[in-house]
Amino acid sequence: MPVVKRLLAAVIAPVMALVAAVLITSVVISVSGTSPVDFWQAMLEKPSNRSLVNIVNQSSMIFMSAVAAAIGFRMNLFNIGVEGQYRVASYVAAVFAGAAFVSGWLNVVLSLLLAMLAGAAWAAIPAILRVTRGVSEVISTIMLNSIAVFGVGWLLSNYGEKAGDGRRTTPISDDSLLAGWQPFERTDGKIWSLTVLAVLVGVTYWFVVNRTRFGFDLRATGQSETAAVASGISVKRMIVISMMLSGATAGLIWLPSLFAETASGHYFSSSTFQVQLGFTGIAVALLGRNKAVGMVFGALLFAYLSVQASALEFAGLDVSKNVVMVIQGVVVLTIVISYEVVGRWRTAAEQRAVTAALQSPSKQEVPA
Amino acid sequence: MSSMAATPAGEASSHRPLAIQVRGVTKRFPGVVANHDVDLDIAEGTVHALIGENGAGKSTLMKILYGVQKADEGTISVNGQEVSFSSPTEAIKAGIGMVFQHFMLADNLTVLENVVLGAEKLHGIGPAARAEIQRISDAYGFALDPDELVEHLGVGQRQRVEILKVLYRGAKIVILDEPTAVLVPQEVDALFANLRELRASGHTMLFISHKLDEVRAIADDITVLRRGTTVGTADPKTATKRELAELMVGAELPSPETEESTVTTDVQLSMVDVNLVDDFGRNLLSGINLTIHRGEVLGLAGVEGNGQDELLETLIGIRRGTGSITVGGVEVSSYSTRRRREAGMGFIPADRHRHGLLLDAPLWENRILGHQTTAPSVTGPLVNRRGAKADTQRIVDLYDVRTPSINTPARALSGGNQQKLIIGREMSGDPVLLIAAHPTRGVDVGAQAAIWGHIKRARREGLAVLLVSADLDELIGLSDRIKVILRGEIVGDFDPRNVTPQDLGQAMTGGKGD
Amino acid sequence: MSVATTAQAPAAPARKKRRSPAMWLLIVAAVIAVISLVRIVTGTHELDSPGSLTAAITATCPILLAALGGLWAERAGVVNIGLEGQMILGTWGAAYFTYWYDPYTGIIGAIALGAVGGLIHAIATVSFGVNHIVSGVAINLIGLGLASFLAEAFFADLNSEHGRGGPRQLTGLAKPDTITIPGFSDWMADLAAKHWFFISDVASLLAALSTNLSVVTILVFVLLIATVWILWHTSFGLRLRSCGENPHAAESLGINVYRYKYAAVIASGAFAGLGGGFLALVSSSGYSEGQTNGRGYIGLAAMIFGNWRPGGILLGSGMFGYTDSLRLRDASTVHALLLLVAIALAVYAVVQWRQGARTTAMVVAGGAALFLLWFALTDEVPRDFTSMTPYVLTLLVLAFASQRLRMPKADGLVYRKGSVG
Repeated sequence: MPVVKRLLAAVIAPVMALVAAVLITSVVISVSGTSPVDFWQAMLEKPSNRSLVNIVNQSSMIFMSAVAAAIGFRMNLFNIGVEGQYRVASYVAAVFAGAAFVSGWLNVVLSLLLAMLAGAAWAAIPAILRVTRGVSEVISTIMLNSIAVFGVGWLLSNYGEKAGDGRRTTPISDDSLLAGWQPFERTDGKIWSLTVLAVLVGVTYWFVVNRTRFGFDLRATGQSETAAVASGISVKRMIVISMMLSGATAGLIWLPSLFAETASGHYFSSSTFQVQLGFTGIAVALLGRNKAVGMVFGALLFAYLSVQASALEFAGLDVSKNVVMVIQGVVVLTIVISYEVVGRWRTAAEQRAVTAALQSPSKQEVPA
Repeated sequence: MSSMAATPAGEASSHRPLAIQVRGVTKRFPGVVANHDVDLDIAEGTVHALIGENGAGKSTLMKILYGVQKADEGTISVNGQEVSFSSPTEAIKAGIGMVFQHFMLADNLTVLENVVLGAEKLHGIGPAARAEIQRISDAYGFALDPDELVEHLGVGQRQRVEILKVLYRGAKIVILDEPTAVLVPQEVDALFANLRELRASGHTMLFISHKLDEVRAIADDITVLRRGTTVGTADPKTATKRELAELMVGAELPSPETEESTVTTDVQLSMVDVNLVDDFGRNLLSGINLTIHRGEVLGLAGVEGNGQDELLETLIGIRRGTGSITVGGVEVSSYSTRRRREAGMGFIPADRHRHGLLLDAPLWENRILGHQTTAPSVTGPLVNRRGAKADTQRIVDLYDVRTPSINTPARALSGGNQQKLIIGREMSGDPVLLIAAHPTRGVDVGAQAAIWGHIKRARREGLAVLLVSADLDELIGLSDRIKVILRGEIVGDFDPRNVTPQDLGQAMTGGKGD
Repeated sequence: MSVATTAQAPAAPARKKRRSPAMWLLIVAAVIAVISLVRIVTGTHELDSPGSLTAAITATCPILLAALGGLWAERAGVVNIGLEGQMILGTWGAAYFTYWYDPYTGIIGAIALGAVGGLIHAIATVSFGVNHIVSGVAINLIGLGLASFLAEAFFADLNSEHGRGGPRQLTGLAKPDTITIPGFSDWMADLAAKHWFFISDVASLLAALSTNLSVVTILVFVLLIATVWILWHTSFGLRLRSCGENPHAAESLGINVYRYKYAAVIASGAFAGLGGGFLALVSSSGYSEGQTNGRGYIGLAAMIFGNWRPGGILLGSGMFGYTDSLRLRDASTVHALLLLVAIALAVYAVVQWRQGARTTAMVVAGGAALFLLWFALTDEVPRDFTSMTPYVLTLLVLAFASQRLRMPKADGLVYRKGSVG
């Protein structure tokens, strides 16, 4: 295939999806009585410096969530449980960091490791249920998400310290907080130090999936379980390992915010903990086709959308910032549909090509 | 080979009107011509057998008759009327019913529900339908309880449900696709009793099979299909099994010539009393004993579905049987598939799309598949992209894989070229034992000779090969010894130097000749 | 010719023996007796007071509706984890149409919005072959976002005698009518208040059913019966179920599989939407953000717990609904429930033992002992634990009874036309 044609094939599906998503969102917006033109103008306005900082911070968390989901997707495992895994892991890390068994950066490092362990352990439950009892990971992770909500809620209300109406974990002492970088004015906020985690996670993901034997086994299992088995891959083992890796990655999602000096609170509570990142991550993984680079763009896009939407009220538009969730959901649907459609076109084109080749007698093959 | 083509159809049925007449039907698929110039006459009120080797085009023909697929050329007449079905619904309306080899039943529904499904207008779904099912079941001795869940039924009963479905819709013409393939002998007898009842009540049946004994027991007429076309008809009362086998198997291609024997006395593979049972407790393999020496090709002949696939999969470790398997003197039966491959076992699977390739991955990644732990694909825990690509290029050149590049996804290649890639891959890394199923299936004639050459060269260098092939000429030409497998058991041992395809065909179908 | 295997067909599992209606009555009576005993022994009459049972029935309905929605879709082979999103759409629709018209239009609005959610799921999964889970996740995102977006757009400025709005709520809406059987209702309530063994418990249930029973609640149970009738006693239902079991078989018999899948998934969304409407109009008096609180997922859990069968679904929804209603009750009632659970487990252990499943029986008996210990050593059960119950229970059922679960065979598989044979 010529380069141009190949490029076109790669771009056509996302473009179709985005166009459809914009159209559908515009309809929704106009139903609410706001002009879609005004809406998109406000959304596409150059973000303020403060917004830019927010976009970077948010996209780092979304990206790690996307990678966590993608590790499973690459193997045809539907880890819907990222949401619960990062909740459990964040709580565990916050408790540990707050307890200050060690101080300074060591506290941060150990908390990160503990978060990964906790996420992996929570993810191991559905993995083990799947390989030993044949329980679908979709259902078990959905159940575990809710169990995580109430379980962590119970721990918090029984062992957390009182703060106002609610409860929280012990705040992290100042010596374990990370300053971050200040790209603009002081009032524009800082880029959290642990956003580098996202870079590390992304590079590691790309390297492991594309360059290692383990990554090859992972992709092979996802593409064809039967061929994987015939090639000597132990699929059960792969399920447990990849599920736990997914959970370990999920464990990191919220930690950039937890350890950031500039974030709202240095503890885990119902007001500081950012929910829904797990589902956003699934959406971004689908959007980026589980590819590291694709997910970077997806995470930036989704972070951009939510940050810009939060600023809508300042732009004088009477539109709920929740419209972002609509856009995100619609993008996911349109992207998977358009990839499906493009895939069917491609298969049809291939078959035509083969039939054409068959008609030239020199290439005729012996019937099977 | 069409010496019998002129034989008139059996006397008993020659004066009857034709239920089905097929003329010049041709059907092409991307990559293959499945049927060409098929002619078929089926007399009313008879059991007509359509026989042929696996891959001869029987399934395609019957799908065309049932409206699942459309013929590209040719005509079909039912009861003298020319028809053109575009869906099974139309075939059902014309009085044709089909009993699929893989039953089309919903397990969690009752017999009654399965039968009335899609034909609720006939007798509703209540008492009237139940009475009608009971009537048919009694009339033909099916002994089915309409309210039993299908998942509780055995294989023979399920088949009767399928037949009942067809009769319930008032079909007078019933197509049975290899109905005995899944049955044990007692069940076959019961089925034949049912079929005779049906014939007595005026039904016409097209019976597809490759088991000659069964065909001669039940059929009134026989039509033989080979390589996609009808090559002759025969009268089951006069035709011998030998003649039928000859028609089915044929012998057209140039045979690969075996060179002088390179068989050594070192045992490379030894299987002792290997057994395998399926989920239902049926024996898939029973008491398999095999030995292959270094430099020896052992051919395994058998009609498809008699345990070849299972034997190969047990050897490579995808299925777990009981008994002992040693390779080069080392017991490997407890090894995982990966360890077996690391021990030097190469595997050319029968179904290359399911077991041999990652269709959407580039060729060089497919080169790694199955060799994830050995050079040049990997170095330590890392994939060696350069090494894998270089070696893929070597395979592409050496095995003449026609591809624009080694970055092309495997799906884009034709079947023959995919096969050449797999063979190149499995022959690399100096395997000590090659387990090969149909190595030249779907490969053009030139490449076929090349693949034979590669196998012979490796054999000279001491490779032991277990070769399964439906192409008997290939088996005879390449093998040092040939064993025949039937219903999961080794039933015969032949010397390829003095065996004919006809002898093998008889052993494969369980006959001793007339 | 060598006679090969003589292996017979697998031993068919013994047919489930059907219990007679009299037998069922006996079982129900025994259950009531046990509950009554526990109530009297622990002195927690709130366990099944008319008030508790009314709350339990109200809490059961939305879960039951979501579960029925799941049943419709999955019986046709489509997994619908978008139930939660469709339910949320239902809550908004109910509030909007009730405010501007009346509660009955509100109910229709809830159904319609849920059905739209179902339609989207059908288009994605059936026509385009999108993975069912992916589509469901997207629909949950859309439902959640759309409802709160639309609420802010349409409810923020409402304030009249029809209801009071806000960016996140619309409350004070008119409710659908309720039915009280005069005389009988009071009589039963009096009887229940006597705390007699058995009689008071039965009276309590009758009092709950005859006092302020919403017509929508009646509709829910009518729909349950209608589902049983349609899916198991009509040719439409037969075809629909065949699409979930073996769509290729259905296609080979000339059935348009797509059409039935569409019908099923749209109906599924409609049920979930009605569930949302119930939450908004019967359980409370209006829309508020987050009020579904994962009930779509609980419905899914109830459906699995009920083994994809209406009877089991009713039982599962009832149990989950009862525990849901307990969150609002005092902690001592929940505590008394521990004893009930312990007894139930002990009975189950005995049943298992008699059926020969010794290991299972031992495990279950151990569980019973633990619950008994829990009951003896503590005074209350944390609210979070009660909330967690449906999920943990479903996980346990999946882990330990998965062999007994029988989901439709082609459930969740992408089907494409023209692949017969």
